[in-house]
Amino acid sequence: MTLKEIADILEATVISEPNGLDVSIQSACSADMMSAVLYYHTPQSMLITGLTQPHVIRTAEIAGIRSIVFVLDKKPDEITIELARQKKIPLLCTRFCMYTASGKLYEAGLPGCLNK
Amino acid sequence: MALNINEIIEDSFQLIGGNFATAGEASTQLKMKLTELGVDETIIRRAAIATFEAEMNVIIYAAAARLHYVITPRNITIRIEDMGPGIEDIQLAMQEGYSTAPDWVREMGWGAGMGLPNMKKNSDEFRIDSVVGEGTTVEMVINFP
Repeated sequence: MTLKEIADILEATVISEPNGLDVSIQSACSADMMSAVLYYHTPQSMLITGLTQPHVIRTAEIAGIRSIVFVLDKKPDEITIELARQKKIPLLCTRFCMYTASGKLYEAGLPGCLNK
Repeated sequence: MALNINEIIEDSFQLIGGNFATAGEASTQLKMKLTELGVDETIIRRAAIATFEAEMNVIIYAAAARLHYVITPRNITIRIEDMGPGIEDIQLAMQEGYSTAPDWVREMGWGAGMGLPNMKKNSDEFRIDSVVGEGTTVEMVINFP
């Protein structure tokens, strides 16, 4: 599934898209615990989260996560956005809650991370 | 890509407790170095995750630490010596889900009790030694395929 399709499904606002929305996403994980993300994620996945601090971008970079969606219309600050630009990680924002956003993507065929 | 490691490469970082702003800098530097050397992507990810978890542990629990890595043609060794409170029960601390992190750390998305187990999971060799009131030393070795 491409990021463009994901943005449409989630009726998302694109905060930054350093390389456009033609990015292929293979799976997704939904979490606010960054250690859980580092433990269970698979590469080329997307993170759905309610946290907007810069260390979320660091976590994504370390884990090889391709994109981040912030739920409940949470907007990151400029420091977080700038770090994501530097790391070339696209950021989206949706009004849906984590449960609904995850459900919509799963229903559309995007699987969860299957490490465990 | 063939591995481009003909000699021992090493570097050190000083980590400061409580400093979330620089969290992940050492892991990022290590990741860049391993990428430059042509190391396998899976190995890079394991090393970066293990190092990042170690950095976060220092930031959450310790006053300061020294992180040192050594890359040889056979493996990478990452050693973190912290000046922190030490761990009373290492066996308990190694259990998935066990955490002593305060609420403010959990609110930032850390302290799920996955850090040490994840460091061990991503290492081929994992050693931990701790003295209460003095600090904790963790050494992780990740072998190249």
